[in-house]
This record gives sequence, C-alpha cells and structure tokens, in this order.
Amino acid sequence: MGFWFSKFLQLFGEKEARILVLGLDNAGKTTILYRLQVGEVVSTIPTIGFNVETVQYKNIKFQVWDLGGQTSIRPYWRCYYPNTQAIIYVVDSTDVDRLDTTKEEFHAILEEDELKEALVLVFANKQDLPGSLDAPKIAEALELHKIKSRTWTIFKTSAMKGEGLFEGLDWLAENLKK
Amino acid sequence: MASNAQDNHAPLRAQDGKKDEDDEEDFEYSPFHGIEKGAVLQEARIFHAAQTDSRKCQQVLTRLLYLLTQGESFTKNEATEVFFSCTKLFQNGDANLRRLVYLIIKELPPGSDEVIIVTASLMKDMTSNNELYKGGSIRVLCRILDSSLLQQVERYFKQAIVDKAPVVASAALVSGLHMLRENPDIVKRWSSEVQDAVQSRNPMVQFHSVALLYQLKSGDRLAISKLVSSLTRGNVRSPLAQMMIVRCVARVIADSQAYADQERPFYDFLESCLRHKGEMVIFEAAKAIVELNGVTEAELAPAITILQLFLSSSKPVLRFAAVRILNKVAIDHPMAVSNCNIDMETLISDQNRSIATLAITTLLKTGNESSIDRLMKQMSSFMTEIGDEFKIVVVDAVHKLCIKFPTKFRSMMSFLSSVLREEGGFEYKKSIINAILGIVRTVAESKETALTHLCEFIEDCEFTYLSTQILHLLGEEGPKTSHPAKYIRYVYNRIILENATVRAAAVAALANFGMRVPSLAPRVRVLLRRTLRDNDDEVRDRATMYLKLLGDDATGEQQEPTPRPKVLRGQNVSLAGLERCLREYLDTPMTEAFDMAGVPEKELVPVEASKPGAPGASGSGDLSGDLSLKSDFEEALQQIPEFADLGPLFKSCDAVELVEKETEYTVSCVKHIFASHVVLQFDMTNTIEEQVLEDVSVDVDLAEAEAYEEVLTIPATRLPYGVVAQTYVLLAYEQGTMPFGRMVSTLKFVVKEIDPSTGDEEEDGFEDEYPLEDVYCSPGDYLQRTKISNFRNAWDAQDPDTEVVDEYGIGQRDSLQDAVEAVVETLGLAACEGTEAVPPNARSHVCLLHGRTTAGGSALARVNFGMDRNYEVAIKLTVRGESQDVSESLHAIVAEG
Repeated sequence: MGFWFSKFLQLFGEKEARILVLGLDNAGKTTILYRLQVGEVVSTIPTIGFNVETVQYKNIKFQVWDLGGQTSIRPYWRCYYPNTQAIIYVVDSTDVDRLDTTKEEFHAILEEDELKEALVLVFANKQDLPGSLDAPKIAEALELHKIKSRTWTIFKTSAMKGEGLFEGLDWLAENLKK
Repeated sequence: MASNAQDNHAPLRAQDGKKDEDDEEDFEYSPFHGIEKGAVLQEARIFHAAQTDSRKCQQVLTRLLYLLTQGESFTKNEATEVFFSCTKLFQNGDANLRRLVYLIIKELPPGSDEVIIVTASLMKDMTSNNELYKGGSIRVLCRILDSSLLQQVERYFKQAIVDKAPVVASAALVSGLHMLRENPDIVKRWSSEVQDAVQSRNPMVQFHSVALLYQLKSGDRLAISKLVSSLTRGNVRSPLAQMMIVRCVARVIADSQAYADQERPFYDFLESCLRHKGEMVIFEAAKAIVELNGVTEAELAPAITILQLFLSSSKPVLRFAAVRILNKVAIDHPMAVSNCNIDMETLISDQNRSIATLAITTLLKTGNESSIDRLMKQMSSFMTEIGDEFKIVVVDAVHKLCIKFPTKFRSMMSFLSSVLREEGGFEYKKSIINAILGIVRTVAESKETALTHLCEFIEDCEFTYLSTQILHLLGEEGPKTSHPAKYIRYVYNRIILENATVRAAAVAALANFGMRVPSLAPRVRVLLRRTLRDNDDEVRDRATMYLKLLGDDATGEQQEPTPRPKVLRGQNVSLAGLERCLREYLDTPMTEAFDMAGVPEKELVPVEASKPGAPGASGSGDLSGDLSLKSDFEEALQQIPEFADLGPLFKSCDAVELVEKETEYTVSCVKHIFASHVVLQFDMTNTIEEQVLEDVSVDVDLAEAEAYEEVLTIPATRLPYGVVAQTYVLLAYEQGTMPFGRMVSTLKFVVKEIDPSTGDEEEDGFEDEYPLEDVYCSPGDYLQRTKISNFRNAWDAQDPDTEVVDEYGIGQRDSLQDAVEAVVETLGLAACEGTEAVPPNARSHVCLLHGRTTAGGSALARVNFGMDRNYEVAIKLTVRGESQDVSESLHAIVAEG
C-alpha cells in the first residue's frame, strides 16, 4: 500500500527516496549527512550503528541512512538494503592504503540482489585535503568501468567545504524521476 | 438452538443461551486475545516500509511486547529479525512510537554484537532536546553499553543526572544503579552530580538519587555513616526519599551493632520520622525501630503508639501493615504491644481475614490471664470464617498461650475440642491434636478432660492416622486415670465400627487396659474374644496374642496369667535384629521358647532437649519409629562373624565416592569406627552388562597410614551387573588415638565376559585391577557430633592443661557463614547453642563446638572467626579435650586440611 501511496504522491511532484550512505570508516559519511541536512559541519565521533535523517531537496524527500563503516558494523549493512533506491558510496580520497579494501566492499555491495535496481553515486571525498586523488583516479581504483547495466556516476566532493554534495543530489533527483 | 432430540433440556438451554448473550455484552475482551507469535512476526514486516504508519507500528510493537511479557520465547533468528526491523523505526520521529522501540530493544534480548547497531541512534537521542527521547534512550543505553563506550558518553550521563526534567534525571539515576554492578568505577565518579540531584524538588528524583548515593557508598562503612548523618540533617522533602533514608539508617544501625554499647545512633532521627507527614515514612520508621537489635521497651514505645493509630486507620493496607509488625513484636515484647489490645480486638471482626488472623494471633501472644475467656469466646465465632492454614496458626497460638497460662487450660481445652468437632482438613486436625497433647504434657490436671474430648473426637474421625494415634494414647494414659472403665466403651466402639488399621490399634489399646488394671481384665478378655473372628489377620493376631498374655487360651478357659513378658518392653527393640533372630529361631528345632533377651536393642538416638516454646516441641505426639542410619550399618556388620567381637560401633562416617560418576564400576567407601578398629566398607556396583566380576576385593596400601595395621579382608565372591555388593577391609589402630592416614586403594577382581547373545558367561576369567581414589582417615572420623546445652560448664569441666591454641588463615570465603560451615564440617564436631548461625553483616564470630571421642570423653573447641576487607578469613582455634592428644589431633585436622 505504501508503494501505491508514494506513486500517488509522485503525480503531484512529491517524491520519497530511501538512500544508503556507505563506505569505509572515516570516509566522512556522517559529516556529509549532516552537511546535507543542517547545512553545516558538525563534529562527529565514529558511528557505532547508524544515523538516519530526512533531507528535503528539490521536491524530493530523501530518507538518508548513514551506516557506520567500522569492520564490526559492515556485516549489518545488508539488513538495511531492502527498499533502497540509491547508494551513496563515500571514499576517502586521501586514504591510498585502503583503496583496495574499499574497492572490494564496493563491488560486494554491487553484487547484492536487493540493490540490483539502486542508483550508484560515488563521492570521492576529502578533496580539500592535500594529497587527495582526483575523481578519475578514484574511479579507476574502484574499477567503476566494470559496472554494467546500472546507472552510476562519480563526483569529487569536500564535505568540509560543502563542495560537490548538492551536485550529487541533483544527479540523484534527475535520475530518480526516470 | 435446542434440537428436537433434546427437548427435555430445551427450557434450560434457552435460559443458558440468554445468559451467554448477556455475558458477551458484559465481557471485555482483552485486546491481546488470541494473538499468536507467527502472525505478529508477519505484521512486524510493516516496519520495513519506506513510509511507516506510526499508529499501526505502535500496535504491532505493543503486541510484540505483550508476547514477550507472556514468556513467549523468540528464537535467535526471530529476535534478530525483529530487532533489525525495529531499528528502522528510528527514521520515524513520533515520540510514542520511539518509546515503544526503546522498550522492545530492552525486552528483546538481541545478541550483544548486534545491539551495537542502535548505539549511535541512542546516543543521538540522549543528546537531543526531546526529554522523552533523552529519558528513554538513557534507560536503554544502560543495558547495552560496555565500559569503553560508557566512558565516551559519561559526560552526557552526568548532565542527565542534573537535568531539570525529572524524567531524564530519574532515568539517569536509575541507570546508574543498574550500571553500578558492572562498572562501579565509572559510576562512582558521578557522586557530586548525584549529590546535587538530592536537592531536586521532584520527589522521584530525590528518591532515586538517595538510593544511588547509598549504593555508591555502600562498600565503605565510614562513608555510609557520614552520608546518612548528612542526609538526616538535610531537608529531604520527598516522602519516598525520606523513606529510603530511614531504610539506610536502619541498615547503618544494624551494621554498627558490633561496637554499640553506647547510645544507639540515629534513634532520635527515627523517632522524629514517626512525626512525618507521609504514612510510608512513619511506617518505615516504626518498622526500623521495632527491628532494632536488642530494642528496649522505652525505645519501642513511640513506634507502638504510632502503629496503634494505624490500627484504626480506614485504609486496610495500613491496618494490615501495622498488625503484621505488632504480631512480630509480640513474640519478643508482648508487654509493649498489650496497649493495643483493645484496638486489635475490634480488628477481629475486620473484613479482611488476614488482618483478623494477625490480630487474633497477636492477641493470643499479648493477652493476660483475665482476657483469655473473652478471647476464646470471640474466636469460636471467628474460626468458621477463615481458611485452614489460618486456623492452624491460631491453634498454634492457643497452644503457646496455654503453656503460658496453665490455669486457664479449661477454656482453651474446650475451645480446642469445639474446633476439633468442626469440619477441617487433616493438617488442621493434626495441629489441634498436637496442641491438645502438648497441653496434656505441660498441664497434668488437664489430662482427663483432654482424654474425654479425644474420645469424643474418635467417635467421628475420618483420619485413620489420627485415630490410631489417639487410641495408642488412650491405651497408655487411660489406665492411669481415676475411672479407666469409662474409656473402654469408646475403644470398643472402634473395634465394631472402624477399618482394620484402627481396629488393630483399638485391640492393642484395649489389651493395655486389661493388663494395667487387673480389675478390668475379665471384661477386657470378653471383649477381646469377640474380635477373634475379625476378618483381618492383624486384628485377629493381636487379639490372640493379647488374650494369651491376659491368661486366656481362646477356649475361654481361665489360666494363670503369663508373667508380664518382655515383648512389652517398649519400642526400643531393633526391628531388623528381631527379624534376624526370629529367622534363626525358625531354623532351630524350636523346642525351647524364643528368647527375647538375645534381640539387640535399637540404638537410642539421643533426643535433644527441645527448646521451650519452639514450634517443634509442640508436635511430638507422633510415634516415630525411625531407625537411624547408624543402626542399619550396625546390623549389617554384626552379621559378619569376623566383626562380631569388635565391640559396639562408635560411628559410621558418610559414604565417600571413590570413582568418578558414570565409569565402569562405582565404588563408595564408608568408614566404621570401633574402639580399636576401623572397618572400611566398600559398596560396589558393576555397570557393565557384559561382565560379571568375581572375587572382588579392595587392596589398601598402608604406606602412608603407618598408624594402621591391616587385619583381614573380606572379598565379595561375585558382582553381577547392576547389583550392589560389599567388600570389607578391617584395620587396627591403637585405642584412644586419632591417627591420620592416606590409603592408596585399588579394586582387584577376576573378570568373566558374558556372551551378549546367549547370556552365558565364559569359563575362564582374567585378573584385573582398577585404580580408586585414595581413602583418607582423619581425627574428625573419631569424633561424634553431639550437641550440649551448656557449653560453658562443659568447657570449665575440662582440664585447662589440655588446652591448645593456635591461629590459622583459611583463605578467601564468600561469607563468614561459609567459613563457619566449612570449619565445622572438617572438624567433625557439632556446633552448640546455635553458634553455627552467623548474624548478617558480622565481621567476626565465635563458634562453640562439641564432640564425643571413642573413649567417651569430650572434645570442645572454641573457634573465633574474623574476616577482613578482602574476605580473607582467619580463625583462632582453642581446644580442650579429655587429653592433650585429643586437643592436638583437632589442631592437626585444621593444619593438615
């Protein structure tokens, strides 16, 4: 019923979307969430569990789930996969050592059945820091070119400066309408 | 609705049907009626929806909670699934829904690794601006945080404690109480915040903060004492908190008993609390005062006055509370309570029967001689209205009262006999009979009245057990009365009217009259002859035997009465021994009469002088024929010729298992101690179906038990599957010594296999051995636990030169009580004068022990126990005995053990 109800709302331009923000620990997920929600940088501690907030943007109500990235919490990500329209995958562009790990986690997510239909938006975060890799390099490291039959894109972002985040939401809004 | 076939029921049914409809209208169905786990779990799927319907989710959560509180168990998977779906509800901001989510996380036990998934959300709620979120999340967090996470959020807890919203502060304080168990160090850092919270204006916050503050300091006596004195001076307004303080004060007073010779601390405070506005404070203070250790009448007076006011309160709960406490006080201080007698007499007609019963029993304790008659009258009408268990309480109280005022036995006896005639269950009747018998024992002149009442009772008694007991008593006591003849009718009536067991008892009672009162003998003979044709063996046998004893040979011909035979020498004949002697006699040609003198007497169990007033003392009208374990062993050993000349058995120790459970063979060892010998009895069981053991014995190596010398071994010839057989080893030791010994023992036997298909055993067996655990002998085995009533006298009677003193540390113990039990157990002595019980919270204790040695002398020990902060227990053992050797042996037990 909820489904039909949201379809109904859609006719009037009001739209709901459930979005997961995933990525390794210390990638900046929580900071991104609150930058999107309250528009400023809040101090965060490592997320043990999850944060969930609603972000209203361009007539779309994004229900954003920011799941903790620590190894102990990653196994529980899957509990939140059902009914997800889009994934924002956040990568710490300065964390060169763990690019392999983040690639593996990323591809594991893409394999998930429950996320087959989900849009994939990659944030190459922490662009404000020196030594950060740019978006093409991150795309290459994540082997984004291997993704078939799925809508995806990558943005370079800085959660501290607020750059690139809303461009990402724009892209989501655009593609969710299709 | 009624079918034709049931026409005759139709009118009835119709009426019933109408009534049902009415019922349906009146009956309120539980909203949870018929809900089922599977269905609810299905419903819980709506939590996953992107758009959650708050109301619907609340309903489902309520159902889940209902199931949980009904004890429905969820499998690990179900719990996990429900848990994760509930976590999705954090997206919904509805405060009511969130509250239920908190509850379900608390009630469901999700795995400890899974539960961390809500940590971030709860921590966010804890710091939110919504008070309901704050309070609820704090209560959940205290369940799931470990110490490292707790440190991270510690400051939020501290803030919450002083939060101006009472709901938040209370939640934090209560959580503190919970977390104190796991993380005392962290919670202890919050004490200044908790101290601030005590000043809160909210009663509940004040209450919780006092409780937490007390718990925080509870390990430290000095701090507690300081805390309590500051709290009693401060202005705590909340009645709840004030009541809590009273409780703390009561505990501080109880703890400070050890040093209290001076004036009791805080008594003034308790007394001032009696004038508090809140009833619960007044009550708690009164309770604290009456429960003071060694409270004096002067201290009691104000509390009793207050409780007396409560007795006439309009609230049943206050009346109940007050009368219950007064009932307890009346046990030790009946005079102090007697002021309230008038108020309590009105309570006898209280609607609440619990209050009435308590009032009655209190009155019975406090009543003076003049009021007894009135009381008995009031009670007779009251007794019909209460249940059996209450009646028993009342009857016991009457019994005790009669011991106190023996001159009033008449009215009490008539009360008891009147209630005896009323309806009642077995336990109730038994307690009445016991009360009557108890009164007979203490008040001699009541005997005849009592017997008459009992005679009337058995006329119409449905309990065989009680009838036989009373008939026995009649047989014993009836002949000694002034008119024995009048009882005969009652007894003979039983022979005519009752079942076989009662008839047999009546025959015995009747015969007693005949034997004790010669003038009645002819009449009794006539009556007994009539029972010779009874259809029950036992009755006929008894009648025949007694007729013989009364000098009548069943043909009606008068003979010289047989001299009073030994058969009647009482119950102290060992039944097993009698049976054995009779069997032996049957094997002889039976030319001579059977000689009773050869039958061993039953070991008389020393009966402890029961304390006056103890409830046990009232109930010993029973004919207990228990043979103690000891005499069973004695019988068994006496049958073995090799052990015949060892002398009397001094003691049999408890059986000790010598192999682990569930092995091929189970072996346990019992040590029988004689004056200069020890018999080791090994009870063996063969648990292997395919084997039979032959020539089984236990080989005992005495290398580490030099004081013992092996005399002989008696093997068991055969040990088939599942049968218990014994083998014995006889050891000698020097008389009067109490030697230590460790004996390495081995089971030796010949094994023969049994063919499982045919069940035949093989011809040839092979020898085999089986190692057993060591058998230990210690001086404690040579002591018999015997209690004495006056330790002081016995102690002084011993030669002071035999005294040996030493101190030992016996390591960490959970409590002093533990230590006392362990020491009493190892020493093999009995604790006297109730010193085995350690008062609660005591740090030191003195235990007085006594035992008998093989030589018949005494061994006495005074053990001083002390416990330090780390629960390390040290003892000082002072021993006196018949000789210095005995004293030193006792020390050796502790030193070795």
